[in-house]
This record gives sequence, structure tokens and C-alpha cells, in this order.
Amino acid sequence: MNENGTVLSLENLETWYGQICALRGISLDVYRGEIVTLLGSNGAGKSTTLKTISGLVPALSGKVKFLGEDITNSMPHSIVEMGVIHVPEGRRIFRDLTVTENLEIGSFSLKDNAERKKRIEKVFETFPALADRRRQMGGLLSGGEQQMLAIGRAMMTDPKVLLLDEPSMGLAPVLVQEIMEIIKNLNEEGTTILLVEQNAKVALQLADRGYVLETGEIVMEGDADKLSQDDSIVKAYLGH
Amino acid sequence: MSDKQINLQIAATQVTAIQKKIQSVIDKLFDLLENKKIRYSIYAVSMAALFYLPQKTSMYVTEIMTNVWFHVVVCLGLNIIVGFAGLLSLGYAAFFAVGAYTSGIMILRYGISFWLTLPVSVLMAVIAGLAIGVPTLRLRSDYLAIVTLGFGEMVRLAARNMAITGRATGLVGIDRPAFFGITMNKIAHFYYAFLIMAVLATIISSRLQNSRLGRAWRYIREDEDAAEAMGINTVAVRLYAFIIGSVFGAIAGSFMAIKMTAISPDSFTFTQSVMILLAVVLGGMGKIPGVILGAFITVVFPEISRGIGQYRMLIFGVVLMVLMIYRPQGLWPEREL
Repeated sequence: MNENGTVLSLENLETWYGQICALRGISLDVYRGEIVTLLGSNGAGKSTTLKTISGLVPALSGKVKFLGEDITNSMPHSIVEMGVIHVPEGRRIFRDLTVTENLEIGSFSLKDNAERKKRIEKVFETFPALADRRRQMGGLLSGGEQQMLAIGRAMMTDPKVLLLDEPSMGLAPVLVQEIMEIIKNLNEEGTTILLVEQNAKVALQLADRGYVLETGEIVMEGDADKLSQDDSIVKAYLGH
Repeated sequence: MSDKQINLQIAATQVTAIQKKIQSVIDKLFDLLENKKIRYSIYAVSMAALFYLPQKTSMYVTEIMTNVWFHVVVCLGLNIIVGFAGLLSLGYAAFFAVGAYTSGIMILRYGISFWLTLPVSVLMAVIAGLAIGVPTLRLRSDYLAIVTLGFGEMVRLAARNMAITGRATGLVGIDRPAFFGITMNKIAHFYYAFLIMAVLATIISSRLQNSRLGRAWRYIREDEDAAEAMGINTVAVRLYAFIIGSVFGAIAGSFMAIKMTAISPDSFTFTQSVMILLAVVLGGMGKIPGVILGAFITVVFPEISRGIGQYRMLIFGVVLMVLMIYRPQGLWPEREL
């Protein structure tokens, strides 16, 4: 995969919440066109990794590089403008805004109205369920639709890299499959994806490669199909 | 079911029926206002009436209405911070203290024309906005309220203890300026000055609400973390709210200094900040006509109920409590979708 070039690379990244060390020097690479998944139990540092990349949480030391450029200390909004979009855990859609208004947030930095309309229509093509509800309040959508809206909102920024935090959380199995299908399609259209998941089974089916986090450290990495056959992974996360 | 229960149920259905009727009337009124011709003629007629008012009424009424316009300006200013951006602020009086003292000091101590003090007042307001905005960037709701409360008290106590602000006596004998050769010494002059400011504040507020910045305020008000993750510069957006809100307050404060001709630290107490916040919440946070209504009520209610004597504030308090329990979104109605 190396010949495709590194899109995102973390070098020895350390993040602290006050006195608590959440990431103890993490290094990982994401190559262009890949789906990479981060696995691990609660509190392993998966969400923190994504938050540190998108600048929502400051890194203490180490580096985040996007296309070779150091973005470790950049402001979240400039990281978004570069094309690295974080879809936060729990979807975080705006409950009191309509579906269309929620999508418009994603294109906030875009001044071209025609382009904005084009992107909204594209989101509605990808998610026909949202098109039927474009004037409904975000809070009235079902869990699956809210997740679609969160991903659609991220698509509005025309992302190069999507950081997805637990997109399957709280969804029925059939919806999980649907969301994963959408992530796969987005990836095939050229978006690189870093996926954080508790549902390791689904994540490893989808991903090219994976990293396993434990208490803020990477303890294992490799191709997804190899990881899904590894005994310790099977025991810890796949529940056989 | 007993008779009593049945009666209660009938009463309840009647109440909901009445509520529905009221809502349908409100919706019809909103429909009517959608029509631009009707809306602009209402604006024109009410503006004409408001400009004509001082000619027809007593000085007492003019004085109170002047006070209403002053409150409209400061309430719209606070509404930018609290209503648009959702940043709970309990120290707004500090901002009009900054304006009032800036103009007062420059006029009284240095003999500078009032009109020239206005740009300085704006500049000081920007500094004051940054002074409260920057240290509180990471603070939310209750914590922010505590710090802004402290800020308000700090400004008041500083004014009380500094020689340049005249300590506890404040500034006395601030000269009134002339406007195209007319010295502003009648209440009607101030009535017009504050009315024009209120109109400008309303127009600016509504333009801001529908602007890009206004939308960004709405996003950080709804969910600051999500807004930040979606690429909104939350730092800049928050600071703009404090700065613009502060400028509204400072300009109103500057004019207050020349209207009263005397200002003292007691004009800028915590109670003042609370009364302004109360007007905003009472009318409806973030809703411009609601905020204007709130400003009107908080000024006029204590005046018209003077006959009741000292119980009026108690009654006002009870009415407010009842209102907040049954209409937490504020008095101004909203169209049902």
C-alpha cells in the first residue's frame, strides 16, 4: 500500500487529560484510499486518538501529519478546511435544526451557493431516507437516520479523510450493515477512512488494516483478515 | 369515575381547545405579516406614531419611553451574547459602565466633545469584550455565568475605587452636547436619540441574525463541540458575540452619561445586569421582537403599577415566576409548524 502515499500519520502521539495519560505515544499510518480501523475496549483511547487528530483535544507531544504537513497544533476549523473531518461519537446532530440546515453546517466554509446545493443533492442521492425528511427536525429522526445525517453532514465538506467514531453505536444489526455499506461506498469513491469501532467483527470485515489499542498504547497491528483470525483478538473482541 | 374527575377532564379539554384557538389566531397573524406590503406599512405607521409621541404626551411618559428605548438597545446587545450565541452572561452592566465612564471622563476631565468620545467608547467596548471573552473561551453555562458575574462586580468596584472615575461619588456635571447647534437639554431630544439607536440596534440585530455569523452563533449555541468538529471557528465566533454585545452596551452607556449628566458606581450594579437579562428571558431569548417586548414590560410595568405602592415589585416577581413556569420560552409567540 505504501506506493499510494501516506495521507495521515501519527508519530509518537501523547495526549493527557489533566493528570491522566490517555495516549502513551501512538504511531500509526493511514494510506490513501484505505479503510483503517482502530479497535479496543472502553477507555483504550480510540476516541481520544480521533479528537487529537482533529484538534479538538491538544496533543502534549508527538506529531500528527496530514499529507506530510504538520497539523498537530492547528485549530480544528483549519483542519476541517484541509479536508480531515471528524464525525463525533453519538452523532451530535443538531436536534432543533432541520435536516437541510444540519447539512448546511457541513458546508459552512463554502461560499459558493450553487456548489452547496449540488452537494446537498448528492447527500440526498446517497441517503434517500433523508431526502424524504429534509424539512424535519434532526431530533425527530431515528438513530439510523441520525447517523446517516452525521455522515451526510461530513460529506458536505468534501472530505479527503473521514474520522468515524462508532458509527454503529446503538443501531439495529440490519442498520449497522447498511451504514457499513455506505462507508464502503464512500471509500470506493475515494475517501480515506479511519474507523473507530467497538463492533470489531463488522469493522474488520470492512477494513483493510487495523490497529488494536489498549490503555493508550498500540498493542497489535496488521491486515484486517489476519487480525480477525488472531486468537487474542478473537477472544477479546469477537466473543467466540 | 367521579363527577369531580369528569368535570376536571372537561375543563382540561376546554383549556386545550382555547390554546389551539389562540395558536391558530397567532399563525394567521404570522401569515399576514409574511405579506411584505402589510409588514412594511405596519413598520411605517408605528415609526410615525413613535416619532410623533413626544409632541402629544407628558414629559413623564416621554421620560419613561426614553428609558424603554435605552433598555431596548442594551437588551438587544445582551441578546446577541445570551440569545444568539447562548453564552450566559450576568455582568452586562459592566459594558455600559465602560461606555458611560469613557464618555464621562473624556468630557468632564479633558473637555472633549461627546461625539468624539463615541469612537473611543466603542474601542473600549471591544477591549472589554475581549477582556471577558478571552479568559472564558473554554467555559460553558454556569461557569461562564459565575465569571461574568465576577467581571461585572470587578468593573463596578474598580470604578468605585479609582480617582479618575470619581470613586463612590462618580462623575457629576457632565456637559450635554449640541447636535447641529441644538443643545440636547430636553427630554424629547434624548427620546429621539434613544429611539433612533433602538431602531438601528433592531436592524443590526436582525441583519446579524440572518448572516453567516448569526448561523455560526446558532450552531455553537446548539452544540459547541459538534460545531467545532464541523469546522466552525468557535473562538472567533464567541469573541465576536462578546465584542458586538459589548459595543451595543457601551454606546447606550455613553448616551446615558450625557442624559443623566451624572454617573456613579451605583448605576451599574448586579441588579441592573439581572434586570436586563430578565427582560431578554421574559420576552424570549434570541427573538428580536420578544426582546423588545421584554424591555418594554420591565420598564413600564413598575411604572404603571406605582399605585399599588411598595408591593408592586413583589407582584412583578410573582408574575414573572408564574410566567417562567408556564412559558419558559418567553412571552413572544412562535409559529407552529
